[in-house]
Amino acid sequence: MLTLDFAFLTPAVISGYIVKGFIFSLQLTLIAMLGGIILGTLLALMRLSSKPWLILPAAGYVNTMRSVPLVMVILWFFLLIPLVIGRPLGAEVSAIITFTLFEAAYYSEIMRAGIQSISRGQVAAGYALGMSYRQTMGLIVLPQAFRNMLPVLLTQTIILFQDTSLVYAIGAYDLLKGFEIAGKNFNRPVETYLVAAVLYFVISFSLSMLVKKLQQRIAIIR
Amino acid sequence: MPMIEMKNVSKWYGEFRVLTECTTQVEKGEVIVVCGPSGSGKSTLIKCVNGLELFQQGDILVNGISVGDTKTNLPKLRARVGMVFQHFELFPHMTITENLSIAQIKVLGRSKDEATERGLKLLERVGLKEQAAKHPGQLSGGQQQRVAIARALSMDPICMLFDEPTSALDPEMINEVLDVMVELAQEGMTMMVVTHEMGFAHKVAHRVVFMDQGKIVEDDKKDAFFGSPRSERAQQFLSKILHH
Repeated sequence: MLTLDFAFLTPAVISGYIVKGFIFSLQLTLIAMLGGIILGTLLALMRLSSKPWLILPAAGYVNTMRSVPLVMVILWFFLLIPLVIGRPLGAEVSAIITFTLFEAAYYSEIMRAGIQSISRGQVAAGYALGMSYRQTMGLIVLPQAFRNMLPVLLTQTIILFQDTSLVYAIGAYDLLKGFEIAGKNFNRPVETYLVAAVLYFVISFSLSMLVKKLQQRIAIIR
Repeated sequence: MPMIEMKNVSKWYGEFRVLTECTTQVEKGEVIVVCGPSGSGKSTLIKCVNGLELFQQGDILVNGISVGDTKTNLPKLRARVGMVFQHFELFPHMTITENLSIAQIKVLGRSKDEATERGLKLLERVGLKEQAAKHPGQLSGGQQQRVAIARALSMDPICMLFDEPTSALDPEMINEVLDVMVELAQEGMTMMVVTHEMGFAHKVAHRVVFMDQGKIVEDDKKDAFFGSPRSERAQQFLSKILHH
Protein backbone atom coordinates (compact mmCIF):
# COMPACT_ATOMS: atom_id res chain seq x y z
CA MET A 1 0.00 0.00 0.00
CA LEU A 2 1.37 3.33 -1.07
CA THR A 3 1.38 5.98 1.62
CA LEU A 4 2.12 9.55 0.67
CA ASP A 5 3.70 11.98 3.05
CA PHE A 6 4.21 15.58 1.99
CA ALA A 7 5.28 16.84 5.40
CA PHE A 8 8.92 17.20 4.31
CA LEU A 9 7.98 19.91 1.78
CA THR A 10 8.47 22.81 4.16
CA PRO A 11 8.91 26.39 2.96
CA ALA A 12 12.62 25.99 3.68
CA VAL A 13 12.85 22.96 1.41
CA ILE A 14 10.86 24.67 -1.30
CA SER A 15 13.00 27.79 -1.26
CA GLY A 16 16.14 25.68 -1.00
CA TYR A 17 15.47 23.27 -3.84
CA ILE A 18 12.51 24.34 -5.94
CA VAL A 19 12.59 28.13 -6.33
CA LYS A 20 15.97 28.20 -8.06
CA GLY A 21 14.79 25.66 -10.62
CA PHE A 22 11.46 27.38 -11.08
CA ILE A 23 13.16 30.70 -11.81
CA PHE A 24 15.39 29.04 -14.41
CA SER A 25 12.41 27.33 -16.08
CA LEU A 26 10.65 30.69 -16.33
CA GLN A 27 13.80 32.40 -17.60
CA LEU A 28 14.31 29.72 -20.20
CA THR A 29 10.69 29.97 -21.34
CA LEU A 30 10.68 33.77 -21.57
CA ILE A 31 14.05 34.14 -23.30
CA ALA A 32 13.33 31.32 -25.77
CA MET A 33 9.91 32.87 -26.46
CA LEU A 34 11.22 36.37 -27.14
CA GLY A 35 14.30 35.19 -29.03
CA GLY A 36 12.30 32.55 -30.86
CA ILE A 37 9.63 35.00 -31.98
CA ILE A 38 12.21 37.54 -33.20
CA LEU A 39 14.29 34.93 -35.01
CA GLY A 40 11.15 33.14 -36.21
CA THR A 41 9.75 36.36 -37.67
CA LEU A 42 12.99 36.93 -39.57
CA LEU A 43 12.86 33.36 -40.88
CA ALA A 44 9.23 33.84 -41.93
CA LEU A 45 10.09 37.07 -43.79
CA MET A 46 12.96 35.27 -45.52
CA ARG A 47 10.68 32.45 -46.63
CA LEU A 48 8.07 34.90 -47.90
CA SER A 49 10.57 36.95 -49.89
CA SER A 50 11.00 36.44 -53.61
CA LYS A 51 14.72 35.68 -53.41
CA PRO A 52 15.81 32.02 -53.57
CA TRP A 53 19.01 32.72 -51.62
CA LEU A 54 16.84 33.84 -48.69
CA ILE A 55 14.06 31.29 -49.09
CA LEU A 56 16.20 28.15 -49.31
CA PRO A 57 18.31 28.54 -46.17
CA ALA A 58 15.30 29.60 -44.11
CA ALA A 59 13.16 26.72 -45.37
CA GLY A 60 16.01 24.28 -44.82
CA TYR A 61 16.56 25.50 -41.27
CA VAL A 62 12.88 25.38 -40.32
CA ASN A 63 12.26 21.98 -41.85
CA THR A 64 15.36 20.47 -40.25
CA MET A 65 14.53 21.77 -36.78
CA ARG A 66 10.95 20.59 -37.09
CA SER A 67 12.04 17.11 -38.12
CA VAL A 68 14.43 16.41 -35.23
CA PRO A 69 13.38 15.52 -31.66
CA LEU A 70 14.03 18.41 -29.30
CA VAL A 71 15.89 16.25 -26.79
CA MET A 72 18.41 15.34 -29.48
CA VAL A 73 18.98 18.96 -30.41
CA ILE A 74 19.54 19.74 -26.73
CA LEU A 75 22.07 16.93 -26.43
CA TRP A 76 23.92 17.57 -29.63
CA PHE A 77 24.22 21.29 -29.02
CA PHE A 78 25.51 20.63 -25.50
CA LEU A 79 28.08 18.10 -26.74
CA LEU A 80 29.18 19.73 -29.98
CA ILE A 81 29.50 23.41 -29.17
CA PRO A 82 32.32 22.91 -26.63
CA LEU A 83 34.25 21.08 -29.35
CA VAL A 84 33.75 24.01 -31.71
CA ILE A 85 34.47 26.88 -29.35
CA GLY A 86 37.02 24.97 -27.25
CA ARG A 87 35.43 25.41 -23.84
CA PRO A 88 32.28 24.15 -22.09
CA LEU A 89 29.24 26.37 -22.28
CA GLY A 90 27.40 25.27 -19.16
CA ALA A 91 24.10 23.42 -19.20
CA GLU A 92 21.93 26.48 -18.55
CA VAL A 93 23.41 28.73 -21.24
CA SER A 94 23.44 25.83 -23.66
CA ALA A 95 19.75 25.16 -22.94
CA ILE A 96 18.77 28.80 -23.48
CA ILE A 97 20.51 28.98 -26.86
CA THR A 98 19.17 25.61 -27.98
CA PHE A 99 15.59 26.40 -27.07
CA THR A 100 15.73 29.78 -28.78
CA LEU A 101 17.06 28.24 -31.99
CA PHE A 102 14.64 25.31 -31.85
CA GLU A 103 11.51 27.28 -31.02
CA ALA A 104 12.31 29.84 -33.74
CA ALA A 105 11.39 27.16 -36.30
CA TYR A 106 7.94 26.72 -34.78
CA TYR A 107 7.31 30.42 -34.19
CA SER A 108 8.37 31.12 -37.76
CA GLU A 109 5.62 28.86 -39.12
CA ILE A 110 3.10 30.69 -36.96
CA MET A 111 4.35 34.11 -38.07
CA ARG A 112 4.38 32.97 -41.69
CA ALA A 113 0.70 32.07 -41.43
CA GLY A 114 0.06 35.39 -39.71
CA ILE A 115 1.81 37.43 -42.38
CA GLN A 116 -0.04 35.55 -45.10
CA SER A 117 -3.33 36.33 -43.37
CA ILE A 118 -2.80 40.05 -44.09
CA SER A 119 -4.21 41.03 -47.47
CA ARG A 120 -1.88 42.15 -50.23
CA GLY A 121 -3.89 45.34 -50.40
CA GLN A 122 -2.46 46.39 -47.03
CA VAL A 123 1.05 46.01 -48.40
CA ALA A 124 0.08 47.96 -51.52
CA ALA A 125 -1.36 50.73 -49.33
CA GLY A 126 1.91 51.00 -47.42
CA TYR A 127 3.97 51.15 -50.59
CA ALA A 128 1.56 53.61 -52.20
CA LEU A 129 2.15 55.99 -49.29
CA GLY A 130 5.87 55.89 -50.03
CA MET A 131 6.86 53.47 -47.31
CA SER A 132 9.86 51.17 -47.75
CA TYR A 133 9.66 47.39 -47.44
CA ARG A 134 10.96 47.65 -43.88
CA GLN A 135 8.41 50.30 -42.92
CA THR A 136 5.53 48.47 -44.58
CA MET A 137 6.41 45.27 -42.75
CA GLY A 138 7.27 46.88 -39.43
CA LEU A 139 4.41 49.37 -39.20
CA ILE A 140 1.60 47.66 -41.07
CA VAL A 141 1.97 43.93 -41.73
CA LEU A 142 3.79 42.58 -38.66
CA PRO A 143 1.71 44.36 -35.99
CA GLN A 144 -1.46 42.96 -37.56
CA ALA A 145 0.04 39.51 -38.10
CA PHE A 146 1.27 39.49 -34.52
CA ARG A 147 -2.11 40.52 -33.16
CA ASN A 148 -3.94 37.89 -35.20
CA MET A 149 -1.51 35.18 -34.13
CA LEU A 150 -1.15 36.14 -30.45
CA PRO A 151 -3.27 33.24 -29.13
CA VAL A 152 -1.34 30.71 -31.25
CA LEU A 153 2.01 32.21 -30.23
CA LEU A 154 1.02 31.93 -26.57
CA THR A 155 -0.19 28.37 -27.01
CA GLN A 156 3.19 27.50 -28.50
CA THR A 157 4.79 29.16 -25.47
CA ILE A 158 2.82 26.89 -23.14
CA ILE A 159 4.18 23.90 -25.04
CA LEU A 160 7.62 25.46 -24.77
CA PHE A 161 7.21 25.76 -20.99
CA GLN A 162 6.35 22.06 -20.73
CA ASP A 163 9.26 21.14 -23.01
CA THR A 164 11.78 22.99 -20.83
CA SER A 165 11.66 19.92 -18.55
CA LEU A 166 13.69 18.12 -21.27
CA VAL A 167 16.83 19.92 -20.10
CA TYR A 168 17.14 17.02 -17.65
CA ALA A 169 19.08 15.39 -20.53
CA ILE A 170 22.02 17.74 -19.93
CA GLY A 171 21.54 18.17 -16.21
CA ALA A 172 20.47 21.81 -16.16
CA TYR A 173 18.88 22.88 -12.89
CA ASP A 174 15.24 23.56 -13.79
CA LEU A 175 11.93 23.16 -11.96
CA LEU A 176 11.81 19.38 -12.46
CA LYS A 177 15.42 18.97 -11.39
CA GLY A 178 14.67 20.84 -8.17
CA PHE A 179 11.91 18.38 -7.32
CA GLU A 180 14.06 15.45 -8.34
CA ILE A 181 16.91 16.38 -6.01
CA ALA A 182 14.55 17.13 -3.15
CA GLY A 183 12.93 13.76 -3.72
CA LYS A 184 16.25 12.00 -3.63
CA ASN A 185 17.55 13.79 -0.55
CA PHE A 186 14.40 13.14 1.47
CA ASN A 187 13.80 9.75 -0.10
CA ARG A 188 10.34 10.84 -1.29
CA PRO A 189 10.57 10.62 -5.11
CA VAL A 190 6.90 9.67 -5.66
CA GLU A 191 5.66 12.69 -3.72
CA THR A 192 8.00 15.14 -5.37
CA TYR A 193 7.23 13.95 -8.92
CA LEU A 194 3.54 14.11 -8.07
CA VAL A 195 3.78 17.69 -6.84
CA ALA A 196 5.87 18.59 -9.88
CA ALA A 197 3.25 17.15 -12.22
CA VAL A 198 0.47 19.06 -10.46
CA LEU A 199 2.48 22.28 -10.63
CA TYR A 200 3.17 21.91 -14.37
CA PHE A 201 -0.50 21.13 -14.90
CA VAL A 202 -1.79 24.12 -12.92
CA ILE A 203 0.54 26.57 -14.67
CA SER A 204 -0.09 25.24 -18.19
CA PHE A 205 -3.83 24.88 -17.70
CA SER A 206 -4.35 28.36 -16.28
CA LEU A 207 -2.29 29.83 -19.10
CA SER A 208 -4.42 28.06 -21.71
CA MET A 209 -7.55 29.40 -20.03
CA LEU A 210 -6.03 32.85 -20.29
CA VAL A 211 -5.33 32.31 -23.99
CA LYS A 212 -8.93 31.26 -24.51
CA LYS A 213 -10.17 34.47 -22.92
CA LEU A 214 -7.75 36.49 -25.03
CA GLN A 215 -8.92 34.73 -28.18
CA GLN A 216 -12.49 35.81 -27.52
CA ARG A 217 -11.43 39.40 -26.95
CA ILE A 218 -9.38 39.53 -30.15
CA ALA A 219 -12.26 38.03 -32.12
CA ILE A 220 -14.49 40.83 -30.87
CA ILE A 221 -12.04 43.64 -31.64
CA ARG A 222 -11.53 42.36 -35.17
CA MET B 1 5.30 68.35 -69.66
CA PRO B 2 2.33 66.08 -68.87
CA MET B 3 1.87 64.99 -65.26
CA ILE B 4 1.55 61.34 -66.29
CA GLU B 5 2.86 60.12 -69.61
CA MET B 6 2.46 56.48 -70.67
CA LYS B 7 4.36 55.24 -73.65
CA ASN B 8 3.67 51.82 -75.18
CA VAL B 9 3.28 50.06 -71.85
CA SER B 10 3.04 46.27 -72.13
CA LYS B 11 2.79 43.75 -69.34
CA TRP B 12 2.68 39.96 -69.19
CA TYR B 13 1.74 37.54 -66.41
CA GLY B 14 3.87 34.65 -67.60
CA GLU B 15 2.58 33.89 -71.08
CA PHE B 16 -0.57 35.92 -70.66
CA ARG B 17 -0.46 39.46 -71.96
CA VAL B 18 -2.47 41.79 -69.71
CA LEU B 19 -1.48 45.14 -71.23
CA THR B 20 -0.71 45.80 -74.86
CA GLU B 21 1.07 48.95 -76.00
CA CYS B 22 -0.89 51.32 -73.78
CA THR B 23 -0.22 54.98 -74.56
CA THR B 24 -1.94 57.95 -73.00
CA GLN B 25 -1.21 61.00 -70.93
CA VAL B 26 -2.69 63.12 -68.20
CA GLU B 27 -1.97 66.84 -68.23
CA LYS B 28 -1.58 68.83 -65.04
CA GLY B 29 -5.04 69.62 -63.66
CA GLU B 30 -6.70 67.13 -65.96
CA VAL B 31 -9.17 64.47 -64.83
CA ILE B 32 -9.32 61.31 -66.88
CA VAL B 33 -11.67 58.42 -66.33
CA VAL B 34 -10.55 54.93 -67.30
CA CYS B 35 -13.41 52.52 -67.96
CA GLY B 36 -14.00 49.20 -69.61
CA PRO B 37 -15.32 45.71 -68.92
CA SER B 38 -13.89 43.73 -66.01
CA GLY B 39 -10.63 42.04 -66.84
CA SER B 40 -9.76 44.68 -69.41
CA GLY B 41 -6.63 45.70 -67.49
CA LYS B 42 -7.70 49.08 -66.15
CA SER B 43 -6.71 48.36 -62.54
CA THR B 44 -3.41 46.87 -63.68
CA LEU B 45 -2.74 49.95 -65.80
CA ILE B 46 -3.35 52.43 -62.99
CA LYS B 47 -1.18 50.38 -60.60
CA CYS B 48 1.65 50.62 -63.11
CA VAL B 49 1.62 54.40 -62.75
CA ASN B 50 3.10 54.29 -59.23
CA GLY B 51 4.99 51.05 -59.75
CA LEU B 52 2.77 48.83 -57.64
CA GLU B 53 2.67 46.61 -60.71
CA LEU B 54 5.75 46.15 -62.87
CA PHE B 55 5.62 46.27 -66.65
CA GLN B 56 8.04 44.69 -69.10
CA GLN B 57 7.93 47.12 -72.00
CA GLY B 58 7.43 50.81 -72.54
CA ASP B 59 7.71 53.48 -69.87
CA ILE B 60 5.66 55.75 -67.68
CA LEU B 61 6.83 59.20 -66.67
CA VAL B 62 5.30 60.82 -63.62
CA ASN B 63 6.17 64.49 -63.50
CA GLY B 64 9.09 63.63 -65.75
CA ILE B 65 10.42 60.78 -63.60
CA SER B 66 10.58 57.32 -65.14
CA VAL B 67 8.72 54.59 -63.24
CA GLY B 68 10.32 51.84 -65.30
CA ASP B 69 13.91 52.96 -64.67
CA THR B 70 15.44 50.66 -62.05
CA LYS B 71 17.49 53.59 -60.72
CA THR B 72 14.34 55.55 -59.82
CA ASN B 73 13.65 55.81 -56.10
CA LEU B 74 10.14 54.34 -56.20
CA PRO B 75 9.19 55.03 -52.57
CA LYS B 76 10.05 58.67 -53.12
CA LEU B 77 7.97 58.83 -56.28
CA ARG B 78 5.04 57.02 -54.65
CA ALA B 79 5.05 59.41 -51.72
CA ARG B 80 4.02 62.17 -54.14
CA VAL B 81 1.35 60.14 -55.94
CA GLY B 82 -1.83 59.63 -53.93
CA MET B 83 -3.68 56.37 -54.37
CA VAL B 84 -7.16 55.29 -53.34
CA PHE B 85 -8.05 51.59 -53.44
CA GLN B 86 -11.23 49.68 -54.09
CA HIS B 87 -11.17 48.14 -50.63
CA PHE B 88 -10.02 51.34 -48.82
CA GLU B 89 -7.02 49.62 -47.22
CA LEU B 90 -7.04 51.71 -44.09
CA PHE B 91 -4.80 50.21 -41.42
CA PRO B 92 -7.20 48.41 -39.05
CA HIS B 93 -4.83 48.37 -36.08
CA MET B 94 -4.53 52.16 -36.00
CA THR B 95 -6.98 54.92 -35.15
CA ILE B 96 -8.21 57.22 -37.91
CA THR B 97 -5.82 59.92 -36.71
CA GLU B 98 -2.89 57.48 -36.84
CA ASN B 99 -3.93 56.32 -40.29
CA LEU B 100 -3.77 59.92 -41.44
CA SER B 101 -0.46 60.79 -39.83
CA ILE B 102 1.73 57.66 -39.97
CA ALA B 103 3.09 58.13 -43.49
CA GLN B 104 3.53 61.88 -43.00
CA ILE B 105 5.71 61.14 -39.98
CA LYS B 106 7.61 58.11 -41.27
CA VAL B 107 7.94 59.03 -44.94
CA LEU B 108 7.88 62.83 -45.08
CA GLY B 109 9.57 63.27 -41.72
CA ARG B 110 6.96 65.66 -40.34
CA SER B 111 6.62 66.02 -36.61
CA LYS B 112 3.78 64.19 -34.91
CA ASP B 113 1.97 67.41 -34.06
CA GLU B 114 2.28 68.80 -37.57
CA ALA B 115 1.13 65.52 -39.13
CA THR B 116 -1.81 65.17 -36.77
CA GLU B 117 -2.91 68.73 -37.40
CA ARG B 118 -2.72 68.28 -41.16
CA GLY B 119 -4.56 64.96 -40.91
CA LEU B 120 -7.36 66.40 -38.82
CA LYS B 121 -7.76 69.32 -41.18
CA LEU B 122 -8.26 66.93 -44.08
CA LEU B 123 -10.56 64.77 -41.99
CA GLU B 124 -12.71 67.81 -41.37
CA ARG B 125 -12.69 68.50 -45.08
CA VAL B 126 -14.19 65.09 -45.84
CA GLY B 127 -16.71 65.67 -43.05
CA LEU B 128 -15.48 63.12 -40.53
CA LYS B 129 -13.76 65.13 -37.85
CA GLU B 130 -15.75 63.52 -35.03
CA GLN B 131 -14.48 60.04 -36.06
CA ALA B 132 -10.81 60.86 -35.40
CA ALA B 133 -10.36 58.61 -32.37
CA LYS B 134 -12.16 55.58 -33.82
CA HIS B 135 -10.71 52.58 -35.62
CA PRO B 136 -11.52 51.93 -39.29
CA GLY B 137 -13.66 48.89 -38.40
CA GLN B 138 -16.11 51.20 -36.61
CA LEU B 139 -16.78 53.26 -39.74
CA SER B 140 -19.07 52.57 -42.69
CA GLY B 141 -17.57 51.77 -46.07
CA GLY B 142 -18.28 55.25 -47.41
CA GLN B 143 -16.69 56.86 -44.36
CA GLN B 144 -13.63 54.61 -44.65
CA GLN B 145 -13.16 55.56 -48.27
CA ARG B 146 -13.40 59.26 -47.43
CA VAL B 147 -10.71 58.73 -44.76
CA ALA B 148 -8.62 56.92 -47.38
CA ILE B 149 -8.90 59.94 -49.68
CA ALA B 150 -7.90 62.23 -46.81
CA ARG B 151 -4.95 59.95 -46.05
CA ALA B 152 -3.73 60.19 -49.64
CA LEU B 153 -4.18 63.97 -49.60
CA SER B 154 -2.21 64.29 -46.37
CA MET B 155 0.93 63.56 -48.37
CA ASP B 156 0.35 66.66 -50.53
CA PRO B 157 0.26 64.61 -53.74
CA ILE B 158 0.97 66.08 -57.16
CA CYS B 159 -1.64 63.76 -58.65
CA MET B 160 -4.17 61.18 -57.47
CA LEU B 161 -4.93 57.68 -58.67
CA PHE B 162 -8.31 56.10 -57.92
CA ASP B 163 -8.73 52.37 -58.47
CA GLU B 164 -12.49 51.68 -58.55
CA PRO B 165 -13.07 53.75 -55.40
CA THR B 166 -16.81 53.09 -55.23
CA SER B 167 -17.05 49.49 -56.45
CA ALA B 168 -16.99 47.96 -52.99
CA LEU B 169 -19.55 50.37 -51.54
CA ASP B 170 -23.24 49.96 -50.84
CA PRO B 171 -25.23 52.07 -53.33
CA GLU B 172 -26.33 54.64 -50.74
CA MET B 173 -22.71 55.40 -49.86
CA ILE B 174 -21.39 55.94 -53.35
CA ASN B 175 -22.41 59.57 -53.58
CA GLU B 176 -20.70 60.73 -50.40
CA VAL B 177 -17.42 59.47 -51.86
CA LEU B 178 -18.09 60.83 -55.35
CA ASP B 179 -18.91 64.24 -53.85
CA VAL B 180 -15.46 64.41 -52.29
CA MET B 181 -13.87 63.40 -55.60
CA VAL B 182 -15.88 65.95 -57.60
CA GLU B 183 -14.81 68.68 -55.20
CA LEU B 184 -11.21 67.60 -55.58
CA ALA B 185 -11.48 67.63 -59.37
CA GLN B 186 -13.02 71.09 -59.35
CA GLU B 187 -10.12 72.37 -57.28
CA GLY B 188 -7.81 71.36 -60.09
CA MET B 189 -6.27 68.14 -58.79
CA THR B 190 -4.76 65.96 -61.47
CA MET B 191 -6.70 62.71 -61.32
CA MET B 192 -6.71 59.34 -63.03
CA VAL B 193 -9.84 57.46 -62.05
CA VAL B 194 -10.76 53.87 -62.84
CA THR B 195 -14.52 53.74 -62.39
CA HIS B 196 -17.85 52.67 -63.84
CA GLU B 197 -19.53 55.79 -62.49
CA MET B 198 -20.39 57.50 -65.75
CA GLY B 199 -22.23 60.25 -63.87
CA PHE B 200 -18.90 61.23 -62.34
CA ALA B 201 -17.24 61.08 -65.76
CA HIS B 202 -19.96 63.31 -67.22
CA LYS B 203 -19.60 65.83 -64.47
CA VAL B 204 -15.85 66.34 -64.08
CA ALA B 205 -13.81 64.23 -66.51
CA HIS B 206 -11.90 65.95 -69.28
CA ARG B 207 -11.15 62.76 -71.14
CA VAL B 208 -12.32 59.17 -71.07
CA VAL B 209 -10.06 56.23 -71.79
CA PHE B 210 -11.85 53.03 -72.76
CA MET B 211 -9.99 49.74 -72.39
CA ASP B 212 -10.75 46.27 -73.66
CA GLN B 213 -8.58 43.15 -73.43
CA GLY B 214 -5.54 45.06 -72.23
CA LYS B 215 -5.64 47.66 -74.99
CA ILE B 216 -6.63 51.28 -74.93
CA VAL B 217 -9.39 51.16 -77.50
CA GLU B 218 -10.55 54.72 -77.17
CA ASP B 219 -9.01 57.86 -75.71
CA ASP B 220 -11.15 60.86 -76.34
CA LYS B 221 -12.55 64.11 -75.02
CA LYS B 222 -15.48 63.39 -72.71
CA ASP B 223 -18.15 64.83 -75.03
CA ALA B 224 -16.82 62.98 -78.04
CA PHE B 225 -16.73 59.74 -76.08
CA PHE B 226 -20.25 59.95 -74.74
CA GLY B 227 -21.60 61.50 -77.97
CA SER B 228 -20.31 59.02 -80.46
CA PRO B 229 -17.83 56.39 -79.38
CA ARG B 230 -16.05 55.13 -82.43
CA SER B 231 -15.44 51.53 -81.52
CA GLU B 232 -18.24 49.01 -81.47
CA ARG B 233 -16.92 47.61 -78.18
CA ALA B 234 -17.25 50.99 -76.47
CA GLN B 235 -20.71 51.50 -77.88
CA GLN B 236 -21.82 48.15 -76.49
CA PHE B 237 -20.22 48.88 -73.12
CA LEU B 238 -21.89 52.29 -72.85
CA SER B 239 -25.31 51.01 -73.83
CA LYS B 240 -25.00 48.30 -71.18
CA ILE B 241 -24.02 50.50 -68.27
CA LEU B 242 -26.13 53.52 -69.15
CA HIS B 243 -29.41 51.71 -69.82
CA HIS B 244 -30.32 50.49 -66.38
